[in-house]
Amino acid sequence: MGFFRDTWIVFSRAMRLSLRQPLWVLIGLMQPILYLTLFGPLLVGMANAPGFPAGDAWQIFVPGLLVQLGIFGGLFVGFGIIAEWRSGVIDRMMVTPANRTALIAGRALRDVVVIVTQAIVLCGAAYFFGLRVPIWALLVGLVLVGLLGAAFSFISNAIGIATKSEDALAPLVNALALPILLLSGILLPMTLAPRWLQIVSDFNPFKHIVDALRALFRGELMTPTVGLGLLLAVVLVLLGAWIGNRVFVQQTK
Amino acid sequence: MDELPIIEARGLKRTFKARGAKGKLIEAVRGIDLTVRPGEIVGFLGPNGAGKTTTLKMLCTLLEPTGGTATVAGCDLRSDAVGVRRRIGYVSQAGSTSPEARAGEEIISHAQFYGIDRTTARTRGQNLLAALDLADVWDRPCGSLSGGQRRRLDIVMGLIHQPKLVFLDEPSTGLDPQSRANLWTHIRKLRDDFGTTVFLTTHYMDEADNLSDRILIIDNGAIVAEGTPAELKQRVSGDAITLTLRTAADAEAAKAIAAGLPGADMPIVDGNIVRLHATEASTALPALLSELVKAGIEAIGIETKRPTLDDVFLTLTGRSLRD
Repeated sequence: MGFFRDTWIVFSRAMRLSLRQPLWVLIGLMQPILYLTLFGPLLVGMANAPGFPAGDAWQIFVPGLLVQLGIFGGLFVGFGIIAEWRSGVIDRMMVTPANRTALIAGRALRDVVVIVTQAIVLCGAAYFFGLRVPIWALLVGLVLVGLLGAAFSFISNAIGIATKSEDALAPLVNALALPILLLSGILLPMTLAPRWLQIVSDFNPFKHIVDALRALFRGELMTPTVGLGLLLAVVLVLLGAWIGNRVFVQQTK
Repeated sequence: MDELPIIEARGLKRTFKARGAKGKLIEAVRGIDLTVRPGEIVGFLGPNGAGKTTTLKMLCTLLEPTGGTATVAGCDLRSDAVGVRRRIGYVSQAGSTSPEARAGEEIISHAQFYGIDRTTARTRGQNLLAALDLADVWDRPCGSLSGGQRRRLDIVMGLIHQPKLVFLDEPSTGLDPQSRANLWTHIRKLRDDFGTTVFLTTHYMDEADNLSDRILIIDNGAIVAEGTPAELKQRVSGDAITLTLRTAADAEAAKAIAAGLPGADMPIVDGNIVRLHATEASTALPALLSELVKAGIEAIGIETKRPTLDDVFLTLTGRSLRD
């Protein structure tokens, strides 16, 4: 009970602060929109190349952008929590009887709402470029993006609170993001990769999440690919929440 | 009145693992005993790095002690941290609000953590703001407030659930002299008007002196002295008296007379100047002057100085608080 109430208190406060600065939400959207307009057309010409998976270029490309949005949208929120810690907000909340997990979960929930909103805008824009997917596939896709956003928000908040330093967070975020990005086939499908690179990327859970989203956009639902992607996303959220909660509890040790 | 203490700590201890050096432990707080009675303003005075903030964070449940026990506001610090949290207010030196957030929103959101509904939070918040001369800041972004206003807003946040005990960590750091004096007035009012017990840390002796009913002096992780400001100052060998005479010969003669003052230490002669300490300069001086006149010695200058808490600290630790 206390957990849900406190999560709601943290969420509504954080949401109100985000809405007050819609510019940041817009800037967060800029990157996928730029990819969509400036990189997407390149893929259209390539979609018939050998090795390209089934589906049209947008059904392949937009899932990658959505996963990217979920990962990057979540990864950078740690900077915000460092600023909050510096202004004493985190300690102020820790001295109240508020549930510890709620302090991080409420923030993650805000990030999920922001990321899913961005994802909806992105899909809307992609429609005009020619993306055609069943509405149910889009909804499951948004859930997947939301889960990813939650996982990375938990992790980024945890790193932020554990290091309390933007100088430490920035390289850590980059060190995490770059291999994930390159090995997940977000921009170009891994089916184009040489054998060894494919094997390496098989160990990257995000590749399977991208694959699941692409399968969804092709109209699959009850297939192992979709199931594995969703399962991995749920596991990542639980792992992120566990790490986040641990770091918050550890603060008073 | 024999009330139960509102804070009772025994052997409270905190060690940190040293960074870099493996297995090396730093003793930030080395077993502190302290008792605070309801309605007191207690100043926790010590230089930076003495362990003030560490002790405060332990008492506020922000940091678990590595040893010792404590009861805060009737709840055991270790076994009932949530109970302690419900009953105390904490005003950190880092602040409590986001610069972009509106003051009123922060107050309401903070109150909700204590299960206070929005309407009650608004009424209480506005009353507290008015009491701390902040009546018109409700809709203003916290970042637009002055340093002194923001500190008072922090205090409003810390009091929204009407705690019987409030902890203030270095309340006047970074404030200009006028804002400090103003803040002190408000802190005194907390106790006088609401009966709140105030436990504050400071490294400013004037702050401890002006504000506290009782002072605990901490150095190097341990409490080295405790008492009212007046009691502590009496521990120093009394008031400093400096006598200036016409000649060195007069000074020698005056030395003998001055040595007979109640509570006087051995006077030191430096040319035509005599320096000594006596317990109560204000009552000792008339007697000293009349003795000098009787002996036919004319003093051309007299200066007395009351001991400060810095002198107390110097006497106790051999170092100055300012270091």
